[in-house]
Amino acid sequence: MSEIVLLGLNHNTAPIELRECIAFSTDETVDALEALKRDPVINEILLFSTCNRVEVLLVTDDSTRAVESAQTFIADYNKIPLSQFQAALYIHQGDDAIRHIFRVAASLDSMVLGEPQILGQIKDAYHTATRKKCSGVILNRLMHRTFFVAKRIRTETGIGDRAVSISYAAIELARKIFGDLDQKKVLLIGAGEMAELAVEHLIRNRIGDILVANRTFERGVELAQQFNGEAVRFEELSDCLQTVDIIISSTGSPDFVVTRDQVKSIIRSRRNRPLFFIDIAVPRDIDPQINRITNTYVYDIDDLKGVIEENIEDRQREAIKADRIVDEAVIHFRHWVESLEVVPTIVAIRNKLEALAEAEIKKTLQSSKIPDEHREALQRMAGALINKILHDPTKVLKTRHHDDKSVLLDITRKLFNLDE
Amino acid sequence: MEMVIILALVLYMFSAAGYFAFLFFQKDYLHRAGYFLILAGFVCHTFAIGYAFVNSGQIPVRNLHETLSVAGWVAAGFFLIFQYKFKMRILGIYAAPLVAMVMVAVSQVPNQPVEAQSIFKSFWLFSHILAIFVGEAAFALACGIGILYLLQENAIKSKSTGFFFRRLPSLDMLDNTGYVCIVVGFTMVTFGLITGFVYARSVWGKFWSWDPKEVWSGITWLFYAALLHERLTAGWRGRKAAVLAIIGFGVILFTFLGVNLLMKGHHEAFTSF
Repeated sequence: MSEIVLLGLNHNTAPIELRECIAFSTDETVDALEALKRDPVINEILLFSTCNRVEVLLVTDDSTRAVESAQTFIADYNKIPLSQFQAALYIHQGDDAIRHIFRVAASLDSMVLGEPQILGQIKDAYHTATRKKCSGVILNRLMHRTFFVAKRIRTETGIGDRAVSISYAAIELARKIFGDLDQKKVLLIGAGEMAELAVEHLIRNRIGDILVANRTFERGVELAQQFNGEAVRFEELSDCLQTVDIIISSTGSPDFVVTRDQVKSIIRSRRNRPLFFIDIAVPRDIDPQINRITNTYVYDIDDLKGVIEENIEDRQREAIKADRIVDEAVIHFRHWVESLEVVPTIVAIRNKLEALAEAEIKKTLQSSKIPDEHREALQRMAGALINKILHDPTKVLKTRHHDDKSVLLDITRKLFNLDE
Repeated sequence: MEMVIILALVLYMFSAAGYFAFLFFQKDYLHRAGYFLILAGFVCHTFAIGYAFVNSGQIPVRNLHETLSVAGWVAAGFFLIFQYKFKMRILGIYAAPLVAMVMVAVSQVPNQPVEAQSIFKSFWLFSHILAIFVGEAAFALACGIGILYLLQENAIKSKSTGFFFRRLPSLDMLDNTGYVCIVVGFTMVTFGLITGFVYARSVWGKFWSWDPKEVWSGITWLFYAALLHERLTAGWRGRKAAVLAIIGFGVILFTFLGVNLLMKGHHEAFTSF
């Protein structure tokens, strides 16, 4: 009987040093799929590898040997002895494997709950598997269902709703202050990964002009080019404050780069339009007293972290809802897998009956005085009889409740002696 | 007709409950229910007022009961149109209870029968009353938006982006729609005052008679004129605009009710009880 087996390791079971050794690039994934597909004990296979996990999903009739094969392959291909990573490997079978893949795709097993990348990554891995003809009936259905469940969780729960990264949280705040971000101007002071990520988020939200100020003008020009913006001299900072709406600051300066007096002096000429400072620097670049000015808002990195913490708690609450959806989906999938098993059994019985019928018809025609022309009539009668005999058992097997099904199927196979 | 008023009141109250539930649970169907309940209440309310209108042959603002009822009706109608256009779902949490409270007051005030007077059947009077009421409804909504603005601004300023932050729209949207309400309100009130003057001239022979209502209306008008002027020139937007919208509504309430109830003058009759 076909079984679904999943083995792998992830950021919870293995440290980065180990994950690095086991990871498969896209080409290496293709190699792995081709090699493992050749193994007769493996019917269908999917492999996906990201920076946080490596997982192999198999459909096999012999789970023990299939797992062994996969493990050995990973060890040999990556030239790392099995003993070194076996402890970090988890192996799931049947319902557990199904539940695991559903949860992973829905980002419930991710380092950052609710992250959106994992689904795309799994989809890519699945496409690779289909291209290499490594997936079959069961895996196809499982993966399609996985994507469906992941999408459902994303829409029905708030799991991906609120920002859990500094840059994203900053953008969310900007949108609560300014509404639409197009036509708004942003000034980037300094440089740095988080700051640049925030600017990229703004670009994705259709921000207007981008100005870049850096103590080193050349560096500013470089960054400005990256964002299709304009570089300004550091000394011109005060003037910029008059026209920009959002300021992202990330310099190494030990003092404030923007002081309260600077802002107070330009507020009137700005005609009170709101001003939003995102201060990612430590020590802080923006004088926190500026927050007390009307229509001006200053968020430093601790403030942003506070926002994120609340959001993470929310996500964890939503994860409970998501797990309920997963449990429901697992049950539905199991029903489908089981109905799949009914079909071969019925086909096997039918084949057996048809073979018996054919043999008896032949014998009857030979031994009795019935002419050959009546052969067709006899065949038709045999066919009709077989249909009617199979009608009730088929109905029972197909609609039988979950608990009885495997037992019933087993008895049926035994009764008709199908597995000799 | 009393039953119809009570029915409208009940519908408004259920609408308020719906919007409160929406505030907490954020489920779409709740704010939609709130909107439809106000709409239903408004329809009933329209029947009641229409009936009174037909019966008396003039706009039914002959005593406090009727005046408040019309005020509530205009406010509900204005909110329905505003909501349809701007889709600010959470605003119902201010509008629905406000209308409901007005109607509760209506139900508590006895409806004294009043003689219809012919001087009240005038186009100028009709326009005056309608314009003033619509203007006041707009200012009432601007006040509500101002309150929401202050709540959201406080959430962002104090870094407590929990309950209100996600349930309220952006500051920019609140500021803009508040501004729209004030502009509409100011326009209608200006029109209302002009028609009021024309009517006064036609009935009493002069435009202005230093009646307390006229004086306070003038003060109100100047207040909002200053607000708009400063917004356009000095940029009195955001927090200042919100606070002033709330204060302005206080002035409106005094001009609308306070003057009638506390001072003597020729508007007294409309809010007797």
